[in-house]
Amino acid sequence: MSTSTATTPWDASLIKVDFPILGQTVHDRRLVFLDSAASSQKPDAVIKAMSGYYKTTHANVHRGVYAMAEQATNLYEGARAKVAAFVGAGHSREIIFTKNATESLNLVAKSWGHANLRAGDAVVLSEIEHHANLVPWLMLKDELGIELRYLALGDDGHLDLDDLDRLVDGAKLVSVTAMSNVLGTLPPVRRIADAAHAQGALMVVDASQYVPHLATEVLALGADFVAFTGHKMLGPTGIGVLWGRSELLDAMPPFLGGGDMICDVRLDGYTPNELPWKFEAGTPPIAEAVGLGAAVDYLDALGMGAVRQHEVEITGYALATLADRFGDTITVYGPADPAERGGVISFSLADVHPHDISQVLDQSGVCIRAGHHCAKPLMRRLGVGATARASFYIYNDHADVDALADGLDATTRFFA
Amino acid sequence: MAGLDDLYREIILDHYRSPRNRGELAVPPAQRAEGFNPLCGDEIVVYVEVQSDRVADVKIGGQGCSISQASASMMSAAVKGRTVLEARAVIRAFKALMSIHEHRLDADLPEDGDGDSEDAPPVALGDLEALQGVVRFPVRIKCATLAWNTLAQGLDEAAS
Repeated sequence: MSTSTATTPWDASLIKVDFPILGQTVHDRRLVFLDSAASSQKPDAVIKAMSGYYKTTHANVHRGVYAMAEQATNLYEGARAKVAAFVGAGHSREIIFTKNATESLNLVAKSWGHANLRAGDAVVLSEIEHHANLVPWLMLKDELGIELRYLALGDDGHLDLDDLDRLVDGAKLVSVTAMSNVLGTLPPVRRIADAAHAQGALMVVDASQYVPHLATEVLALGADFVAFTGHKMLGPTGIGVLWGRSELLDAMPPFLGGGDMICDVRLDGYTPNELPWKFEAGTPPIAEAVGLGAAVDYLDALGMGAVRQHEVEITGYALATLADRFGDTITVYGPADPAERGGVISFSLADVHPHDISQVLDQSGVCIRAGHHCAKPLMRRLGVGATARASFYIYNDHADVDALADGLDATTRFFA
Repeated sequence: MAGLDDLYREIILDHYRSPRNRGELAVPPAQRAEGFNPLCGDEIVVYVEVQSDRVADVKIGGQGCSISQASASMMSAAVKGRTVLEARAVIRAFKALMSIHEHRLDADLPEDGDGDSEDAPPVALGDLEALQGVVRFPVRIKCATLAWNTLAQGLDEAAS
């Protein structure tokens, strides 16, 4: 079992200097950013790759004959190849660039779902899903009359899989998160995928919180589709990714229609383009892809094993610090062992509302999230309206955790 | 910089710690209205019983942060026993208090223009003015106005 005795692979103060935003002060205090699960900060390398692209190479992709347009296309497609390698995709054509993970999941629901699901067909989700992996399926329930089933959350912060075989029995598709954005729970995706496949169901994985923090091999996960987003992994907003097995993507109808996603258009019909462009209608997020490619390079240089090692260490330190200093007045949700969870800590502090916690912490320059984290069904399951959430990434260190604890001390004094 | 004391006035903390008019009313005769703040998950339930065009009773349920709970508590005390017309005037005055100051957020600078006060509340808000510090924390304005919008909804439904 990993505890706070785990070692961290690097000095986070050396990483912090790569992130210009972290050098700022807020309310005359050092900025302590503990909201990376909502969106990570960006290293200079990403910012410079994007501004460099705009200063020297910008042109629309897949169109121009001139040299600069070709360079832009090469940068865009080069970013796709980097992302493919980063998640162990068999081929770049299986990497679809979208707007965000939400769009990636909607793409599967709308395209695959409408082509393959009928009234009464079952889709299995879990109680801990983000709204992005609930609402698209709830929409299909309204549109097609599909049945939704849910894997339950156990009291230990892990999914209760006792019912797994019964729930996937006869299901057409299973879609679960690889890491909860609220609890840090890391569901055994492979086990769930194997159970799904045994029933002939497809496996969709919402890896928005997973890909930024753990080494990812889409085939090892046993997934058929994997959705994630750029802005939580040091990249810019406005770009997300859907990986899918090419034979599935090939068989699916297009999602959005327009330029770039076609081979031919006639007045009486159209022929869709090949993968991956079939699913990329309109001018894509070119600069964002360039930025995401630079983010992947940055994470590759650190090594995802080391990224995970650092997060287990800092999460262990944070769990121990919060327990030490706040004892029974704090309730931390999710798995207890830092080696079995991600670096996301949701908590309640005495009876102070999360909104008020976040407000007081803000005065100390500490940024945490307060709210339902786009997981209202999970909030109801936990019996709370909202939680406070601190989340960690490569640039966070013990001093950041200490600043959080000091701010929480001030909060309890203020509302005592 | 606006400090925490601007936001969390003592009277607000008092209403938060000891909320007035918590509970439920039988429906009917009372009207029940629900309000949600989709941003933070706050949920409020306002029970309002109107008799002879008067707000005979108000009860508040639900959960929320100190600002939303204190605002709801102070609102219940401010409108209980008033006529519906008076209650609506208080709602307008309170929302004006929130939005007037919102417009002035651009700067802590002297008023430009003629310094007119035509939007001044037509009714005295009393203790409720303690909530005006909220407007210096724009994300919290919705917390403060949640109960008020929900009461307005309840009064509309009671009238229909």
